[in-house]
Amino acid sequence: MQKQAIFQSRLLPYALVAPQLAIVLIFFYWPALQAVIQSFLLQDAFGLSTTFVWFENYIDLFRDPSYFEAIVRTFFFSFAIAVSSLSFALLLAVMADKPLRGSMLYRTLLIWPYAVAPPVVGVLWIFMLHPSLGVLSRYLRGLGVDWNPLLDGDQAAALIILAAAWKQISYNFLFFLAGLQAIPKSVFEAAAIDGARPMRRFWTVTFPLLSPTIFFLLVVNIVYAFFDTFGIIDTMTRGGPGTSTVTLVYKVYSDGLLGGNLGSSAAQSVILMVMVIVLTGIQFRFVERKVTY
Amino acid sequence: MVEEEGFRRYVAHIILWIGIAIVAFPVYIAIIASTQDNALIANGQMSLLPGGHFFEVYYQTIFVGTSGSTREPVGNMMLNSLVMALLIAVGKIAISIISAYAIVYFRFPFRMPIFWIIFITLMLPVEVRIYPTYKIVADLHMLDSYAGLSLPLIASATATLLFRQFFMTVPDELLEASRIDGAGPLRFFWDTLLPLSRTNMAALFVILFILGWNQYLWPLLITTRDDMQTIQVGIRKMITTTDALTEWPIVMATAVLAMLPPVFVVVAMQKLFVRGLVETEK
Repeated sequence: MQKQAIFQSRLLPYALVAPQLAIVLIFFYWPALQAVIQSFLLQDAFGLSTTFVWFENYIDLFRDPSYFEAIVRTFFFSFAIAVSSLSFALLLAVMADKPLRGSMLYRTLLIWPYAVAPPVVGVLWIFMLHPSLGVLSRYLRGLGVDWNPLLDGDQAAALIILAAAWKQISYNFLFFLAGLQAIPKSVFEAAAIDGARPMRRFWTVTFPLLSPTIFFLLVVNIVYAFFDTFGIIDTMTRGGPGTSTVTLVYKVYSDGLLGGNLGSSAAQSVILMVMVIVLTGIQFRFVERKVTY
Repeated sequence: MVEEEGFRRYVAHIILWIGIAIVAFPVYIAIIASTQDNALIANGQMSLLPGGHFFEVYYQTIFVGTSGSTREPVGNMMLNSLVMALLIAVGKIAISIISAYAIVYFRFPFRMPIFWIIFITLMLPVEVRIYPTYKIVADLHMLDSYAGLSLPLIASATATLLFRQFFMTVPDELLEASRIDGAGPLRFFWDTLLPLSRTNMAALFVILFILGWNQYLWPLLITTRDDMQTIQVGIRKMITTTDALTEWPIVMATAVLAMLPPVFVVVAMQKLFVRGLVETEK
């Protein structure tokens, strides 16, 4: 699609795109290129010399069991966060879509956590579930749970998933509500006339019609779990105990900064880039379908 | 309209209130904790009702900071966050709207390659190129500066795509009309296109402001000076690894202050927020 009515000018358009082009080239393409180059280099321990090592950094990564664990962990986190947050948000959205008194108020009261930053989410949840002083830990111990996410890796993982899913509820709720409101009400009426009970109406009418929204949100949630959980993890567990909450992004950060292993960190960055490109590609394919749906 | 029976309606109300309670509970606890005495909290004996230290805690948080040696008033951190968020939001909108204008309203060599160069940036968040970007910012002597905090985060295509999409829907007759009136490309942009884009810009601004205010990994890496910390970075540094020293009321007051501006924006400008969210899919 192109505009028919346009202006003629030789230099003006270049001047207009110049600022964005400059920023994108300096702060996007140049670093991305550097990451790719760096991933083929090996630096000695003192940073004095570098040698070109082809795919050694990548091969080392895939031989490293801790990297493999981080991949599995990241996908597990993503899946757990997406499924728990999506199902809870869908329940709330279906309820809020009913013609209830005060539905605007409900919406307002449910969407604001979108604005809470990941590190703040981390701080809020670690405070509530802190082993020695958390207000909820008292009750957990009262129930006989030996609660200590700072020492127990599984509990730490559960805490991260819980906090990350909590933050994402509002986003998913908003998109589900928009998706539900876009379904013509006559469809429900037809199903009701056919004698379908509400639960059956949901599974046979609402859910299938909502599937584009669900797919879209699934991708968005996975990307969110990949990247935005960094702030949550860094304030709550800092990857620990041990490495039980180290995700791929956290590993890029900690290997590069704390370990000083830039070649490996760069190779990890490149692998992440490929993963994001694949995910975004899936999303775009889907968005195109949404238009013609 | 499908009739809902009374009973089902009650169930819906109850489920929604449970949802609201779950969503609000962590924040309620934070607000409560920020009004209490640290000794009580550290003992695990925090009350679930407000304490009497509200003014004291918030005064210390905003103007003094924690008692540690690297103390920094949270008021200053909020100022840093504000400047960064505004620079990101305004900067992104400004450079995107003019480049979208060029791409839609002009034909020039390399137009499509340039569009694609910008478009591809949509795919990769700053997290995946973090150290090389850090190195460039360091080489440009932009560590510990507002430019270093904001410029790398401006490099993304979302806003450009959005404005491009919007400009495509603007009727051609408007351009013909202003051309008959003798307006050149800049005049048309300023007098016709900008006023038409006002709502889009506002919706985008709301989203970008929230995203900017909530940035974490990037500011964490490139700020070394305490007086350049943003509030998100500052709150993390308040949680010491030796738990006994963490001043929880101040941490919680900082959490509340960190939430306040973006939550206010969401609630006060809900329409724009929802619109911006749906359009940018952020």
